Amino acid sequence: MSQSSDSSTIRELIAFRIDGREFCVDIMQVRDIRGWTPATPLPHSPHYVRGVINLRGAVLPVVDLAARLGFKPSEPTVRHVIMVTQVEQQIVGLLVDAVSDILTVTEADIQPTPDLASELAKTFLRGVLAMDGRMISMIALDHVLPAREALAA
Amino acid sequence: MKKTILTVDDSKTMREMLKFTLVNAGYEVMQADDGVHGLEVLEGMSPDVILTDLNMPRMDGFGFIEGVRRNARYRSVPILVLTTEGEPDKKDRARRVGATGWIVKPFDPEKLISAIRRLAA
Amino acid sequence: MDTMAAIKQTFFQECEEQLVELESGLLAIEDGTSEPDTINAVFRAVHSIKGGAGAFGLDQLVRFAHAFETALDLMRSGRLSPSRAILKTMLMAADALADLVRVTRENLPADEAEVGRIVQQLELLVEGGDGAAAALAPVAEAPAAEDVPDFQPIQISLADLVGSAPEGARRFKISFEPKPGFYARANEPLTLLRELGRMGQCRVVCDTSHIPALSDLDPEGSYLVFHIELETEATESAVRDVFEFVEFDSQIDIEAIEPEPAFDDDAFARLMSLAAGAPQEMPALIEPVVRIAEPPPAIERVEADSQSRKAEAGKAEAAKVAGGAGATIRVDLDRVERLIDLVGELVINQAMLSQRVAEARLSRSSALAMGLDDLEQLSREIQDSVMAIRAQPVKPIFQRMSRVVREAADMTGKTVTLHCEGESTEVDKTVIERLTDPLTHMIRNAIDHGIEKPEVRLAAGKPESGHIKLSATHRSGRVVIEVSDDGGGINRERVLSAAIAKGLVEPEAQLSDEEIDNLIFLPGFSTAATVTDMSGRGVGMDVVKRSIQALGGRISIVSHPGRGSSFLMSLPLTLAVLDGMIVSVANETLIVPLTAIVETLKPRPQDVFDMGGDTRVIRIRDTFTPLIDIGQVLGYRTEAADPANCVVVLIDLEGHARRALLVDTIQGQRQVVIKSLEANYRRVDGIAAATILGDGRVALILDADAVVANAHSQAAALPEMLEPAE
Repeated sequence: MSQSSDSSTIRELIAFRIDGREFCVDIMQVRDIRGWTPATPLPHSPHYVRGVINLRGAVLPVVDLAARLGFKPSEPTVRHVIMVTQVEQQIVGLLVDAVSDILTVTEADIQPTPDLASELAKTFLRGVLAMDGRMISMIALDHVLPAREALAA
Repeated sequence: MKKTILTVDDSKTMREMLKFTLVNAGYEVMQADDGVHGLEVLEGMSPDVILTDLNMPRMDGFGFIEGVRRNARYRSVPILVLTTEGEPDKKDRARRVGATGWIVKPFDPEKLISAIRRLAA
Repeated sequence: MDTMAAIKQTFFQECEEQLVELESGLLAIEDGTSEPDTINAVFRAVHSIKGGAGAFGLDQLVRFAHAFETALDLMRSGRLSPSRAILKTMLMAADALADLVRVTRENLPADEAEVGRIVQQLELLVEGGDGAAAALAPVAEAPAAEDVPDFQPIQISLADLVGSAPEGARRFKISFEPKPGFYARANEPLTLLRELGRMGQCRVVCDTSHIPALSDLDPEGSYLVFHIELETEATESAVRDVFEFVEFDSQIDIEAIEPEPAFDDDAFARLMSLAAGAPQEMPALIEPVVRIAEPPPAIERVEADSQSRKAEAGKAEAAKVAGGAGATIRVDLDRVERLIDLVGELVINQAMLSQRVAEARLSRSSALAMGLDDLEQLSREIQDSVMAIRAQPVKPIFQRMSRVVREAADMTGKTVTLHCEGESTEVDKTVIERLTDPLTHMIRNAIDHGIEKPEVRLAAGKPESGHIKLSATHRSGRVVIEVSDDGGGINRERVLSAAIAKGLVEPEAQLSDEEIDNLIFLPGFSTAATVTDMSGRGVGMDVVKRSIQALGGRISIVSHPGRGSSFLMSLPLTLAVLDGMIVSVANETLIVPLTAIVETLKPRPQDVFDMGGDTRVIRIRDTFTPLIDIGQVLGYRTEAADPANCVVVLIDLEGHARRALLVDTIQGQRQVVIKSLEANYRRVDGIAAATILGDGRVALILDADAVVANAHSQAAALPEMLEPAE
């Protein structure tokens, strides 16, 4: 993610919807997209960690991205999807409303997050994209999970 | 056609070091881990040079050299023994049983290759 | 990893093997069970380490191994008798060598003082510390350690020699006359001459005048003399080096000549005339000579023979590789882990399938159901086989203990022998790795506190030397390891009074012998009147117990006053699976490790007492035990559950404390595959790990100790009387 790519580098992004808004992540970070399955809740976890699920034998946490970004927590239905993403060495499921699009953009198309955005937004947004009159926020996945060492309050 | 060297040493480290050096210099390498195994490997092959350690379990280097020289087929295969500094009597004993030359451990790769070249071109 | 680094790794692996060989050999010599070849194997082990260390320029290791080897060589040649004292030094040197190998591997600084001390002792042996100094003949091949720097590899680059001759070309006149021994040792003049040819401009003249008539010709005789003129930038010593191996088997004269034209030299002119008309190129010149000496057809036949033999040899070698003669391979641990994961998944999938088939109410004898039965059988077998990949014999760790015994015995001035049984018993690699520290501690403890001093033993009618037995066996799917000693056993009076003095036990408490013995596992318990160098480092048996429990194991002690004690450890064969009790708590499914569970019971409402706050206790056979609602502690529910609708799982915590855990229902027991939560998330308080159930859902495995600790931080402190162990 932090690789210095010049402005003409072509990037593919996966766009998805949360609470009526559009977001995207780099397609390279997405390993799988699957339907919602109930997660096993984890004690003493932040409210946005829905719990853990089994993905082909691996146990991975599912983060309710809506709750993480400060929106109303999701109430998952069978139509919700879990985007399985790779964040550094860890595999994390992101609960989103639906996957909407695959975008091909250049680095130059990604604009910096506007200054007036909230601190929370700044923590998670890598930038914004203007596509056909839509605004799509690009998510930086680094901070989606709670810090490893700190124990939840 | 690549020249083939048979290395006989009970230490895997030494075998690997020899192999690394020899393969880099363009030789084919066969390995055995003691004298008995060396004679077995020798059955049905004809190395251009044999490199053997002296102190090995089951059959030491001297026994191995005698075994090699006893067989008319291998009488003209040069044998280099791997000795440690300060073992002049071993060098002599190895020569008496038919060793062609010696390499002092730890060996200098260039010296080893030059010695082999002198024996097998 | 580059090749050299890989070879270096091989070297260190080999060192470990050699160190084992060395130690077990020395021990065999010490107790008289050695074979005639043992001393050779011991010598070879040190010699090999020295050889490899030299190759990597590990000078300190070379120096130490050399001093050691020198002493061993004396023993090998019978000039140093393998007495007890001498073997003790040898074993100490073996330990020091092992340390040195390890620090070298880790790139850590060595304990110079210790290394120097041992080298000195070895030198004393070599100089005749055995009392045999006078009898020792001077040993030419056993130089003292001062000579050792000679062993550093001398890097002489031929390229340098050739390329850096400032004076320019030199000329050498060489006369080279092989003797019969030259050919007998498989030397070949042609290759030597070619090597000279590589060094510069070279003219070779072969003097064939000594060849007798065919009838007089000895086929193994030597009749050729070579006269060489070499113009080269190489030094004279480099030229001499070409003849290094043949100086005893030939007459070699090398003469450096002035760089004037050498043709006016009389002798050379005479030779030149002999070889009149010969081409200037060296190989062409040699060739006719060879034809005279040995008929060419013979040479060609040998060549052809050797070619086909080589081809066959290649095939034979390939067949050997395919046949798996080596029998072992090294596999990246990650791959094994992945395989274990996949197989775990396979077993779960198979269980899910079986469940679906059962739901579909198919006949047990239907082809599908029978096929599934086979699949289940196969899956289990695959799982067992995969787990077996990680299994390793306990032998290496048992062997390491012999050193622990030696050191501890030395330090306490006691004599102790170690006897091992069941060394080939296999356990999971991780279990083995994490067993070293607890075992070390138990053995030190046994020597420090268990085994009596020699005079005490003799007075008690016991053999002077103490005895420690270390054994491993497989028992009902677990491995049982026992450490026993024939010492004095636990002094229960002292243990009890120490426990009371430390406030660990109420003064008026009535404890059984077994309970007293188990007090030594309490945190903060230590009986040693004086803090000894070994077991007084703030590490007690409580730490041992905790590490064993962390491995999913149990530990207990049996002691007989005057006759000794024995620690029994029961450990899982693998850390990849765990025997658990599946329980439901507030609609969630949890696994409680069976190792922690003492019993389960249905509580009677009249046995539960509210202590105020959130604290409740339950009376079980006249003992009050704190009652913990897991659902509350884990945050699954806020209201405390009604014990009348619950089941109590009585668990044993570290340090002898018991707790009653309240769960809703017990679903059953089964073996579960352990899955890490930390791999993709992080540690969760109160939860040890996760697993995947037959329905594909994740269930959490309870960390009983942590849950109890949590319950304490949440609830108000319990009354003093109920907390004897805290």
